[in-house]
Amino acid sequence: MPVANIQVSETPLVLYALRRADDALILGHRLSEWCGHAPMMEEDMALSNIALDLIGQARELYTYAAKAEGNDNDEDKLAYLRDVRQYRNLLLVEQPNGDFAQTLVRQFFYSAFADLYWRAMMTSRDTTLAAIAAKSEKESAYHLRHASEWIIRLGDGTEESHARAQAAIDHLWAFTGEMFAVDDGERALIHAGIAVDPGVLRGRWLKMLSDVVSEATLELPQNDWMQQGGRVGRHSEHLGHLLSELQSMQRTFPGLAW
Amino acid sequence: MVTVLERDSELRQRAWDAAASVVDPEIPVLSIADLGVLRDVVLDGDHVEVAITPTYSGCPAMNMIALEIEVALERAGFRGSKVRTVLSPAWTTDWMSDEGRQKLRAYGIAPPQASNSRRALFGEQAVACPQCGSDNTELLSEFGSTSCKALWRCKACREPFDYFKCH
Repeated sequence: MPVANIQVSETPLVLYALRRADDALILGHRLSEWCGHAPMMEEDMALSNIALDLIGQARELYTYAAKAEGNDNDEDKLAYLRDVRQYRNLLLVEQPNGDFAQTLVRQFFYSAFADLYWRAMMTSRDTTLAAIAAKSEKESAYHLRHASEWIIRLGDGTEESHARAQAAIDHLWAFTGEMFAVDDGERALIHAGIAVDPGVLRGRWLKMLSDVVSEATLELPQNDWMQQGGRVGRHSEHLGHLLSELQSMQRTFPGLAW
Repeated sequence: MVTVLERDSELRQRAWDAAASVVDPEIPVLSIADLGVLRDVVLDGDHVEVAITPTYSGCPAMNMIALEIEVALERAGFRGSKVRTVLSPAWTTDWMSDEGRQKLRAYGIAPPQASNSRRALFGEQAVACPQCGSDNTELLSEFGSTSCKALWRCKACREPFDYFKCH
């Protein structure tokens, strides 16, 4: 018997928390796919550790979203019982792992953004969001450093690693614009001092990227055409496949608990 | 004669001691008091509410710690105690007690340094080897066997070791 999707009353605040939670969960799940497959043991542990941090952040944010919504939902239902079109994550984080360079470039783009974002959210007027941000900021600093060091190593490494890193940058660049997009509901939360205005972070984000990328002897694309849709549930084909794995236990054995 | 106030303060101390006896399941030489994870113990009548703060967002040890606190309080005679997780202020390794740091080193894990070294690119901090004490060490991986540790190697005695990273 199929398990019905839950309904979520997406007030601007619920949606705001869900978007951040979905980013963290989906990227965390992607990274967990490397567990047992990374090119070396240290990286196997690093990517799994980062996945764990992200899934932990997602749990806090889902719990917050469920409380803000005030219905019968909880962190598990939000993660396991929404279908693709109900997910609100960035297209960037659902992109497949590809090769090691593609995973690390995706991580680098996201972590540079998340690090600035959490630091800005620490001053949110919403004390729970500020607390989640203060926790996450400590973790994202490590994630960013890890990814940055790899971008430099890959870019300034061999001809092969350089070419792969550059190809990953060129491929993933079009998914970065969505990080800075804001809709009306989120705009109102920004004015209320609850949400972060990502627009003001863009300059610093670009500077962080340029510094690392140029040290890595790589280049950022000039192309500014950006792909969008994740924030309103229009996803790439990849997310459905990811969710089918992530949700398979709850869909097969409804209400299953450890 | 024992006043109510004295009785409550003695009870609270007993509850605190019971909760503080719980150790980190990953690093059993450290108690949750040494770690700074134990934030508060509140007595409401005979019921106890314990506040703990998570180390890392995804740390799987937190569920285990919460469960063990309830068991420890039950053993100390407190019925139906509750464990509450507080997020703010965010946990930092700066809260780790000096005693905790010494226990860590004796256990073979280099204790955390001041937390402002997190943001330097290519970790430039010097971490002393917990085995031989040499500063001639190198970082192998920023992410180790648990969320809170990094993997280092001593170039003097050639031993690999865990470093409890600052947070």
